[in-house]
Amino acid sequence: MSVKQKKLLSDNMIWLVLIVLVIFMTIANKNFASIANIKTMLTGESIKGIMAFGVAFAILTKGIDLSLGAVAALVGAITGALVQPVDLATRALSGGAHIPAAVSILLGILLGALIGGCIGAIIAYTQIPAFIATLGAQLICRAAAKIFSNRPISNLPDSYRFFGSGQVFGIPMIIIVFVVIAFLSWFILVHTRFGKSLYAIGGNIQAARVAGINVEKNMIKVYVWCSMMAAIGGILMAGRAGSSDPSTSGLNYELDAIAAATVGGTSHTGGVCSVTGVIAGILILGVINNGLVLMGVDDNMTNILKGVIIVGSVVLDMRKNIRKV
Amino acid sequence: MSEEYVLQMQDIVKEFPGVKALKGVQLKVRPGTVHTLMGENGAGKSTLVKCLIGMQPVTSGTIIYKGKEVNYKTTQEALDAGISMIHQELSPVLERSVSDNVWLGREPKKGLIVDQKKMRQDCQELFQKIGLDLNPDEIMKNLTVAKMQMVEIVKAVSYNSSIVIMDEPTSALTDAEVEDLFKIIADLKAKGVAIVYISHKMEEIFRISDDISIFRDGEYVTTDRAENLTQDKVIELMVGREITDMFPKNECEIGDVVMKVEGLCSGRAVRDVSFDIRKGEILGFAGLVGAGRTETMETVFGIRSKTGGKIYKDGKEIFIKSPEDAIKNHIGMLTEDRRGNGIVGILSVKLNSVLANLKAYGFPINAKKMEADTKEYIDRLGTKTPSMAAQIQNLSGGNQQKVLFARWLLTDPDILIMDEPTRGIDVGAKSEIHNIISELAAMGKAIIVISSELPEVMGVADRVVVMREGEVTGIIGRSEISQELIMKYATLDKKAQAEA
Repeated sequence: MSVKQKKLLSDNMIWLVLIVLVIFMTIANKNFASIANIKTMLTGESIKGIMAFGVAFAILTKGIDLSLGAVAALVGAITGALVQPVDLATRALSGGAHIPAAVSILLGILLGALIGGCIGAIIAYTQIPAFIATLGAQLICRAAAKIFSNRPISNLPDSYRFFGSGQVFGIPMIIIVFVVIAFLSWFILVHTRFGKSLYAIGGNIQAARVAGINVEKNMIKVYVWCSMMAAIGGILMAGRAGSSDPSTSGLNYELDAIAAATVGGTSHTGGVCSVTGVIAGILILGVINNGLVLMGVDDNMTNILKGVIIVGSVVLDMRKNIRKV
Repeated sequence: MSEEYVLQMQDIVKEFPGVKALKGVQLKVRPGTVHTLMGENGAGKSTLVKCLIGMQPVTSGTIIYKGKEVNYKTTQEALDAGISMIHQELSPVLERSVSDNVWLGREPKKGLIVDQKKMRQDCQELFQKIGLDLNPDEIMKNLTVAKMQMVEIVKAVSYNSSIVIMDEPTSALTDAEVEDLFKIIADLKAKGVAIVYISHKMEEIFRISDDISIFRDGEYVTTDRAENLTQDKVIELMVGREITDMFPKNECEIGDVVMKVEGLCSGRAVRDVSFDIRKGEILGFAGLVGAGRTETMETVFGIRSKTGGKIYKDGKEIFIKSPEDAIKNHIGMLTEDRRGNGIVGILSVKLNSVLANLKAYGFPINAKKMEADTKEYIDRLGTKTPSMAAQIQNLSGGNQQKVLFARWLLTDPDILIMDEPTRGIDVGAKSEIHNIISELAAMGKAIIVISSELPEVMGVADRVVVMREGEVTGIIGRSEISQELIMKYATLDKKAQAEA
């Protein structure tokens, strides 16, 4: 094989893996390729997928975000509480007025941005590792959600649940939101100065600084974006289930999101990330999840396979870079 | 016949994605000689030796070492077989001691425990043998770059190898240390060790070489005994064309003062530095390594924080806290450490070209304009790259430097600072870069050139600022520039100068 062919193959390896998986699942189980099942699968993966686009930005700049699931839980709880029926006996916020769902959702996204801004500022100005800053944020946000309400926030009205469980022309809104976020991520990474700056910061932070890029400002924006994706995830999660439990909702979602971004070729050594890659990563993990459940494979086996795929994809990725010197 | 050579490399081919770095080259090294590899950057010298020591796999070709065909997969295998290398880019473990670094990965042991005492003693012995005054317990990061380089050399020599490869070993050394290195080389030769030497410095090459092999664009040109060659002949063979004028100097009109620096300070590295520069002027900065020239410019450009002093541009005081501020004030800076804070290796030539100028492309980014700009400068500067989308790390040093030139020219600076613009760049590209500098000055830009090569400073500059230990010791006008005067200012302290 010539060098060019090899490059073509290694660049598109991820899609090959996905196609092979889909073919395998289709043959192994005739229900896999049905429209109903595909809809179920995509609905199930959309929230993690949205968070994967968030954390991919952080990974692109050699960072990480471990707070996604906890931020989602906090935002889900607060926005849910704001729209609970006023006369509900178990209302999280006793008394108070009922505010429109749209306002609550906007406030939730804003709260996400605010949390992200704090995390980003700490990472940018104190230069502590993102791993530590977001680990701390995870603990704080999860605890804050539980302090806010010690029981599930239920009886959420349909207006609030529209994005999480509504459908338009038979397509679940949740998938539409995912597609919009994917498009937005692509637009930001490819067509804006912010996106180009992130590649430079991840590739060589010193060079980015010397080229006049405001590294601190961009890092703050990265974590604002990350936490906004977590907030959207939290709102969708609460909307999908009709209730939000501060102690369990979004638990470990950040790990699934990181896994999807990683399998999708986002490099933890920085500077490499593509939206199509992240989409492929989400789909690969989704197909495995869904397909193996249909086949009746034990949950533990599924996790072992996922573990192998996550580590294997990074091993392959590193091999690409390792010999360059 | 194979006995005559300790190493024979034949028909070596090395392909990178999109670039054919070696197109079937050969190298034959006799034991007990210094064999110098010469060629422009990108000619394939470093790639060839990396293939030899197993840092990169060869695509095809044979390597015969001591009569046997070999193909090393790792540098460790090559080391064990007796081939060691001093790398162009240093790789010390900064937080550990000198002796830890010398014995890294092969620490002598007493039972299960590392024998610290033996490490220290052996280190001392090695240092004494070559007359290097260094404490084995010193932490590596406290050393100057030159001293680190000497440690690296000691380390490579200590393997008792049959072949020692030296890739630009003198680039960071002072003259006295270069002499020490040459003593080491003579010692090694006497012991029958073959030395493969890569350098761009003509004088030293002709002093120490026995054989010289010349490469051009990944192809083998010729090998000959050094006594059969001359400098001019070598340059001609390297570039395949004659270089007529190394330092073209257009006489151009020098205008008003564009920037004035007064009493600039930055900690202990920069102390009370004052100078000014005019439109169309090329201001050289000379001095020994560590004189504070780079630090001064880093302070002007906002990379390093200013602790005192004022900077005026076009008569108005400007405040620069970051490179972003500097660029806003139309100041650009081509930094010395190309890999450290110049290129973003994994990104494309295109993105590297426009990186300092992203603001100019609007929202959403005007991709067409970006491509047009990149293309314009690839053509204008004659950058050799397989495509705009190629990763810049696959380009040769000279071509990477041209991309960085493009980056700064695209910001349309009034003042362009260049820190060692031709370091590690071959003769051909060097004269091209000197041409560009000259053209820029003719366009009315003010240019500051820091260079450790005196002929370069003297060749291009209208005036030369000489620094020593963070202070300006002299400013010399074009008519008075001489090597002796620069060295005098660079080495004497102010008091001694006043007395002299």
